[in-house]
Amino acid sequence: MKGLKFIIAGILFGIVMSKSEAISWFRIQEMFRFQSFHMYGIIGTAVILGVIITYLIKKYKMRDYQGNPIVFTPKEKSIPRYLIGGTIFGLGWALTGACPGPMFVNIGYGYWAILLAVGGAIAGTYTYGAIKDRLPH
Amino acid sequence: MLELLRQPWPWYTSGAVIAFVMVLLLFFGKSFGVSANLRTICSACGAGKTVKFFDFDWRSQTWNLLFLVGAVIGGVISSQFLSNGEVVQISQATIQDLSQMGISAPNGIQPEELFSLEALFTVKGFLILLLGGFAIGFGARYAGGCTSGHAISGLSNLQWPSLVAVIGFFIGGLITTWVLMPLIF
Repeated sequence: MKGLKFIIAGILFGIVMSKSEAISWFRIQEMFRFQSFHMYGIIGTAVILGVIITYLIKKYKMRDYQGNPIVFTPKEKSIPRYLIGGTIFGLGWALTGACPGPMFVNIGYGYWAILLAVGGAIAGTYTYGAIKDRLPH
Repeated sequence: MLELLRQPWPWYTSGAVIAFVMVLLLFFGKSFGVSANLRTICSACGAGKTVKFFDFDWRSQTWNLLFLVGAVIGGVISSQFLSNGEVVQISQATIQDLSQMGISAPNGIQPEELFSLEALFTVKGFLILLLGGFAIGFGARYAGGCTSGHAISGLSNLQWPSLVAVIGFFIGGLITTWVLMPLIF
């Protein structure tokens, strides 16, 4: 099955998010209160390794499993959309203690109340799509 | 070995595994970004008929939905087979700060005051999760990505727009933590 590898990658993601406690509201609070290195350590390690690997992929023009070149799409250059959108995202991240990935991991973990936040996130995404042309980007 | 896996993982192991997940998806010819799924879900539910933003071939994003299914399964596996029931070991300072807002010390991974079904059926508990989720969905699409797409993938590729987004994530998070939460709780 072609899709199985994505499910397996997702399972690995779900396990690491759980076992690192990054799905915990408490850990996110601790991060935004600067009272522990834990979350900064996780994100920092992932980014440092990510920078090195991304550099190597580009330098050696590595290919994916089908032999196609691995391409990185540059983000569109602008300030307002990232700053305003990012800030709105952050307001919700600290409140629910979960960004989109951990929301879904929490469902699996058994915290079903988070389904309400998932519903809210879908509604928020829809609202953005409906009014995006009227927002500064 | 299983005993070792059952303990909470240290930050360096966790960071390395997250980087590995990102590389795995690149090797599969895709890119790591979870919040794009929310747009895909809207589109799959037929939102493309009314809003142009959702009018795209969502089936091309099935791989990412499968990744999401895996994330849910990963949560199930962790709680059923890889947990030793340990409560999350947050700092004493955080426990104290939160207790002043009426949130008791961890008894699991999530606070009872927000994630229990009793809390869900209070007006405050209901609005926190619903509006918090709304801001996440709205903000992630506005900013073109969430923690995985910007903080991990974008920063790894040294994209300055992603740095701006991450700065935004923190501005918002700090406003909620230091300004809004004392008002709410």
